[in-house]
Amino acid sequence: MTLSAVAPTYRRGSTERIKNLREISEKQYQPSISMERAVLLTEAYQKWEGKVSAPVLRGLSFKYMMERRTLYLERHGIIVGEKGERPWAAPTFPELCCHTMADFANMNDREHVFFKVSAEDRRIQEETIIPYWHDRALMTRMNQLLPEEWHKLFDAGLYTEFLMQRGPGHTVADGKIYQTGYLDFMARIDAELAQIDYLGDQRALQRRDELQGMRLVCEGMIILGQRYAEKARTLAATETDPQWRQELLELAEVCDQVPAHAPQTFRQAVQMYWFTHIGVTSEMNNWDAYSPGKLDQHLEPFYDADLAAGRLTRDEAKEILEDLWIQFNNQPAPPKVGITLKESATYTDFCNLNTGALRPDGTSGVSEVSYLILEVMDEMKLLQPSSNVQISKKSPEHFLKEALKVSRKGWGQPAFYSSEAIIQELMNLGKSLDDARDSGIASGCVETGCAGKEAYVLTGYLNIPKIFELVLNRGFDAYTQQQVGLDLGDPTTFTSYQELYDAFQKQMKYVVDVKVAGNNLIERMYMDQMPVPLLSVITDDCIKQGIDYNAGGARYNTSYIQCVGVATITDSLVAIKKNVFEDQTVTMAEILAACQADFAGHEATFDLVYNQTPKYGNDDDYADRVLVTVSHTLQDVIAGRKTPKGSRTVVEFLPTTCHVYFGQVMQASPNGRHAGIPLPDGISPEKGADRQGPTAVVKSAAKLDQLKTGGALLNQKFTPAVVAGEQGLANLASLIRGYFAMDGHHIQFNVIDKATLLDAQAHPEDYEDLIVRVAGYSDYFNNLDRALQDEIIQRTSQEFA
Amino acid sequence: MQQPLIFNVQKFSTHDGPGIRTTIFFKGCPIRCQWCHNAESQKFTAERMLDKNGVPQLIGRTYEIDELVKLVAQDQLFYDQSGGGVTFSGGEVMAQPLPYLLALAQGIKRRGIHLAIDTCGVVPQKNLAAILPYADLFLYDLKFIDSQLHQRYTGAGNEKVLDNLKFLSDQGAVIDLRLILLKDLNDTEEMLQRTLAWVQENQIRIARVSLLPYHDFGRDKYRKLGRECTQNFAVPTDERLAAIKAAWEQRGVPVKIGG
Repeated sequence: MTLSAVAPTYRRGSTERIKNLREISEKQYQPSISMERAVLLTEAYQKWEGKVSAPVLRGLSFKYMMERRTLYLERHGIIVGEKGERPWAAPTFPELCCHTMADFANMNDREHVFFKVSAEDRRIQEETIIPYWHDRALMTRMNQLLPEEWHKLFDAGLYTEFLMQRGPGHTVADGKIYQTGYLDFMARIDAELAQIDYLGDQRALQRRDELQGMRLVCEGMIILGQRYAEKARTLAATETDPQWRQELLELAEVCDQVPAHAPQTFRQAVQMYWFTHIGVTSEMNNWDAYSPGKLDQHLEPFYDADLAAGRLTRDEAKEILEDLWIQFNNQPAPPKVGITLKESATYTDFCNLNTGALRPDGTSGVSEVSYLILEVMDEMKLLQPSSNVQISKKSPEHFLKEALKVSRKGWGQPAFYSSEAIIQELMNLGKSLDDARDSGIASGCVETGCAGKEAYVLTGYLNIPKIFELVLNRGFDAYTQQQVGLDLGDPTTFTSYQELYDAFQKQMKYVVDVKVAGNNLIERMYMDQMPVPLLSVITDDCIKQGIDYNAGGARYNTSYIQCVGVATITDSLVAIKKNVFEDQTVTMAEILAACQADFAGHEATFDLVYNQTPKYGNDDDYADRVLVTVSHTLQDVIAGRKTPKGSRTVVEFLPTTCHVYFGQVMQASPNGRHAGIPLPDGISPEKGADRQGPTAVVKSAAKLDQLKTGGALLNQKFTPAVVAGEQGLANLASLIRGYFAMDGHHIQFNVIDKATLLDAQAHPEDYEDLIVRVAGYSDYFNNLDRALQDEIIQRTSQEFA
Repeated sequence: MQQPLIFNVQKFSTHDGPGIRTTIFFKGCPIRCQWCHNAESQKFTAERMLDKNGVPQLIGRTYEIDELVKLVAQDQLFYDQSGGGVTFSGGEVMAQPLPYLLALAQGIKRRGIHLAIDTCGVVPQKNLAAILPYADLFLYDLKFIDSQLHQRYTGAGNEKVLDNLKFLSDQGAVIDLRLILLKDLNDTEEMLQRTLAWVQENQIRIARVSLLPYHDFGRDKYRKLGRECTQNFAVPTDERLAAIKAAWEQRGVPVKIGG
């Protein structure tokens, strides 16, 4: 395969304008820290903290930032707005995580996912930010409050914590911002304020504070648009290039309209989304971003009207979208450190598109704009926005195949989601059919949600096979060299598989209890101290209820716990069930000794558990029945726990890059997985375990009752030969349709040959642009650390043709 | 019932007939094509072959018919989605114990699964006649139109091959004619014209022609079986492939390059 098929160039784009903007984005800027937000926030807090309520403080701070922030405007750009004062500049959020000087040095110096920090940035951090924020930062206080047993399990890598360096969010816009300007939102807020019943409503003051905070952020949004309009007019007044002068005046008119008023044209609609995106992601590092969701459906009426009126051509619409893609790509996710970096080591901000989804009335939503978006993703080949498609029974085969044509070029996008699965998952969690159809999306990575109506919060990854490792080691953790779990007895004295499984279940309950207790504490801190009024304005029914998004104001609230390593735990349990207790071909003591020794000197045991034992991923009922039992246990232990804001916990199967970290903190596993080796991602089989091809993999994966989860990620890697030609396309389409017919939630494809990846590892300089699918998102191969690169190379490459 | 040896049951098989298929590879073949890329398919008996780690593994095992039907029916959903099914291949499937084959074919057809038979044609006609009611498609090899060359390179003349092909065509079987192409041996203009003439003369009805250019990916298997690989064939040029494709298409037969 030629590299050009997978590698974007610095001058991609369908017009000269886009090619130039793309080149500027990639060549003139590098990832850096932007201190402006932190400085303005500090000034605002110094002015108002302690004098007003939390929602009003957040509202005032947001407005203060919008009034003063630098407005970046690229020459010949179409869509305006950056998170920092220039492209690729990432703001920090010291109110959540106040970076130390060592963190800054690490961000600047690390090889992958670096952020350049200037001497001036360091000075500001040391002299202004740290003195004010270090003790106030939520993370600092969280660490002091969380109990010792929580820290022990956290340090041992039993779970991660999502809300330590980042706030809740990671959510998706529905269609309301395309019909509602921020002046209209203000009018709604004013109506609610006017109706507050100070006599009968015990929450009257809280309601007022929440609504006033929301009103202030609307003012901030309107100011942002006005300032851009003014800036464009000021520049136009002295501009000598007549074309750019004209463009500036047009831009000013766009910003006169949005975000204050509802958009009237295609371009205004795109700009409305983008202003909202910048607002939401400046207000809070809401783990991480905000997503446009069903962008094709939201833009379709504007596209149709503009074309009918002769205001817009198809090519012009495409150019606007391509510029939006560049704007997405110019905003790296806020810098992470420590475990948070390990669980999510990427610049990607997890902005997710759901193209081709169902319409609110349940009919297929595939339109001309859907095809336009496919063309744009193919043309731009950018990490962001993460471009996915939803496929339903009603999707035209042509749409599926066009999406596959883009996907099989080998950079992992688009990934494929089942509309029917998403809708049933949402309804299982209590959403109405109308809301599920209207707003059913997969966001961020693979988690399902109800766009614009739900706070569905990822709370952290759970290392399932390590829970089992604790059982085998009587609660002692080899990684941290201390007792972190329960001692449930010496496994060599267990007389039945059931006894072993019961111990596993008990240990799981202990770990999840500690995790959920921590979650509840953290959730309460966000409820009381860290409201997000802007996200609340655009999420139903926060205005109506007068309750913040972080405090349960959304119509629906869900807390996900993302389970990692289901294949490893399944295969490990099977190895012991079959070989120790049923066939009695090996003793428990020998399995334990082999795992301790990483199988060195235990070759016969390794061969037995690795080669001669049934494995998940082969449509083998013996192994898959254990998977089903494990999934029931996960549901029993994790799902349905109540949280302080009235949410419930839900099982989900998403890894991001956490499967690599979780593997690093583990010994060898009883299924023959060596010590330190990454766990499989999502519900993908253990590496090398799937030996019957992709149909067997998806059959096994479908035995997991995915409809009762918040989503499950399945990764399939193919070499180019398998998916070549019309026949290859048709076979992939059938594989997807078959998987979705069995209620699969998500599947994604990597189509790259092993030789290419090995060469890329040896000569990274030749493969700067090589994009691969990691897990729920794509990333540049060179951005991945060695362990993750190795893992991607090792994932079973399906060469079955 | 005598059970044949099977050396592989391959799911998501995409080059042995239409759609997503499961191919059952039967072990043992009556002829010895010198270009054979499945060296382990030739002998009717089990044998040891080195795996990728250099460890000898026994090749060839038996299956109960029920077990095999269940195994291939696991992917029925994908056959339905893709217009695929099951392919009997080899080795040479039609040289295997007939009662077993018929019972297996019946089991598969009872579930409504599409069945293709991949054969070299050097088999008893009565076997083909027996399987005919169950076979939806024949993947029929024609290696040399010239019997002497057929004899030289496969160890058997082509009389049975041609006779059986005519028989199947006359019986109304759906035939995908598979032409393995070896440079300067059977890809020449002369061989092409002789083949076309024979097909026309005998009124053979062909649903499709698959052109299978020779490849040597199977060389390593001989080493792993402890045998010597004496293959010395060349891949046809793209020009020849295009010319052969055009000639068939001119006669109204769809052509596919590759399986």
